[in-house]
Amino acid sequence: MQWETVIGLEIHAQLATKSKIFSGASTAYGAEPNTQACAVDLGLPGVLPVLNGEAVRMAVKFGLAIGAEIAPRSVFARKNYFYPDLPKGYQISQYELPVVGRGHVDIDLEDGSTKEIGVTRAHLEEDAGKSLHEDFHGMTGIDLNRAGTPLLEIVSEPDMRSAAEAVAYARKIHALVRYLEICDGNMQEGSFRCDANVSVRPRGQEAFGTRAELKNLNSFRFLERAINLEVERQIDIIESGGEVVQETRLYDADRNETRSMRTKEEANDYRYFPDPDLLPLEIGHAFIGEVMKELPELPDAKRLRFEKDYALNHRDALALTASRELADYYEAAVTASGDEPRLTANWVTGELAAALNRDALDISASPVCADMLGGLIKRIADQTISGKIAKQVFEAMWRGEGDADAIIEAKGLKQITDSGAIEKIVEEIVAANPAQVEQYRSGKEKIFGFFVGQVMKATKGKANPQQVNELLKKRLSS
Amino acid sequence: MSLDRADVEKIAHLARLEVEPDDMAAIAAELSNILELVEQMNAVDTEGVAPMAHPLHMVQRLRADEVTETNRREAFQAIAPQTEAGLYLVPKVIE
Repeated sequence: MQWETVIGLEIHAQLATKSKIFSGASTAYGAEPNTQACAVDLGLPGVLPVLNGEAVRMAVKFGLAIGAEIAPRSVFARKNYFYPDLPKGYQISQYELPVVGRGHVDIDLEDGSTKEIGVTRAHLEEDAGKSLHEDFHGMTGIDLNRAGTPLLEIVSEPDMRSAAEAVAYARKIHALVRYLEICDGNMQEGSFRCDANVSVRPRGQEAFGTRAELKNLNSFRFLERAINLEVERQIDIIESGGEVVQETRLYDADRNETRSMRTKEEANDYRYFPDPDLLPLEIGHAFIGEVMKELPELPDAKRLRFEKDYALNHRDALALTASRELADYYEAAVTASGDEPRLTANWVTGELAAALNRDALDISASPVCADMLGGLIKRIADQTISGKIAKQVFEAMWRGEGDADAIIEAKGLKQITDSGAIEKIVEEIVAANPAQVEQYRSGKEKIFGFFVGQVMKATKGKANPQQVNELLKKRLSS
Repeated sequence: MSLDRADVEKIAHLARLEVEPDDMAAIAAELSNILELVEQMNAVDTEGVAPMAHPLHMVQRLRADEVTETNRREAFQAIAPQTEAGLYLVPKVIE
C-alpha cells in the first residue's frame, strides 16, 4: 500500500521581551535558579497579572508578516492542569479568541518550487518553569525563572506531506521571527521549540489517520529524524494489523527513537475558561498601522530584490536571505567590494560558508567581517590577485593576519601582469621542455595544461592566468 | 444533563479534590442543578449578542516592557516546604 504522511507543527517562540508577559521579572537566560521568579510568576495569593505591551506588539508583528488577520478583540483563558513547573495550577493562554488569526507562509522545496502552508492561528501564552529530575534524593527540583516568559504559539494547518517539508516550514518560521527580531531563535536554549503532529493515511484517502504528537525536537535535524522514525513506526503498526494510538511521544536523540510519554486519558481535558484576572485585549487600527510601519523587509521580498538587483539565481538568493544577519553581511560585502554582487555571492556561499561550517561558527562570529571580504573581492576584481591566490589570502584573514591588502603586500602575492615578465618565464619553460613542445605540436593539445602548470609554479601562482594562456598559446604555435 | 458518580469522580480527580464517598450523590445532584441552569441559558436566543469574556466594560491595560522586580528568592523560599541549591523541591514527578 502507498502511504501518505500528514504533518502539522506547533511552534513555541519565546518572545524577546525584557520582562515577563504578566510580571516585571526579567526574562534573561541562564540566571541562578528562581532569582527571576517574582510573586506573580510563583502564583502567590493576591497577585494580579498585567499584560506586557511589547509582547502584544511582537505578536501583531508576526501576524502582519504572515498576512493574518489581527483579532480586534482577543481573550486570555486559563488552561488548567497540575504540574509542579506551573505553580498556579493553570497556564494563562488564549483559546477561543487568539490574537493572530489565519495566515500563511510559502516554503521553498528541494526541486526549486514553492508551496503554501497555512497557519491556523498564533496566540500569546506564558511559558512554564523547568523541572530537574536528577540528584535531589528522590525529589524533583523546580526552577521557575522561565515561568511567565512570553510565548507565541504558532499552529500550522496539517499541510505538510514529508519531513523535509516540515523542516522547510520550521526554518521559514524561524527565519521570520529572527527577521522580525521578536525571538532569538536559539533552539538549544529552548527559545524556539517545535512539536510535530504526525499521522499517515493510505494515498488517496481523505480522512486523516490517528496522529501522534512528537516533542523534544530541539534542532531541525532532530525534527526531520523524529518525523521519519514516527512515520515508519506508524506504517509498521498498521501494516501488521495494529492501530495507532493518539499520544504524545518524546524523541530521544541519543537512542534515535521516539517513545510514549503519557497516555493518561484525561490529559487533554484542560477545562479552559476566560481568565477573570485579565480583561479582553483590544487592538485598534492605529496600533496595527504603527506596527506595520516597523516591519522590516521580509525574507521573500529580500530574495526577490536580490535576484533582481544583484542578478543572482534563485538558489543563491535563497541561501543569502536565509537569515537577516547573512543578508546584511552579503550586502555590506557587496558595497565594500566596489559593487561585485555575483563574485561576492560566490564567496559568501562558497569559501565563507565552508569556513564557518568547518569551525562551527555563526555568521555573526565570522573572523572575516563583511568589509574584509569585500576588500578581498575588490582585489580579485581589479586583477591584483587571481581567484586561486585569493583563497590563500582568505585563509590568512581567517587566521587573523590582517586585511586583504596587508596580506597581499606582506606575502608578496600581487599578481604578475607585466607581459614582458611572463613572456620571459614562458620562454624559459618552453626552452627547458623540448619533448613536451614536440608532443604539443604533433597534436597532443592536452599537454597545454602542463605548460600552464609550469609557468604558475615558476611564478608561485602569481601570474595572471589569462595572460599566461594567451602568451603560451602564441609561443607554442609560432 | 445530569452527572453520575463516575463523572464526579473524574472531575474531582482533575481538580485534585478529595471527595468523601458519602458525599458523591449530593455533589452529583448539585452539579447537575448547575448544569441545568446552564442549559436554560443555552436555550436563550443570543443571536446578535456579542460574547462576554468579562463583566466589566473595560479593556486590558498594557504594561511597559520594563524589569521592575528584584530578586527576592530568599524571602519566597523561607515559606517553601523544601528547597535546595535555589530550587523548590517537590515530590518526584516523572513524565
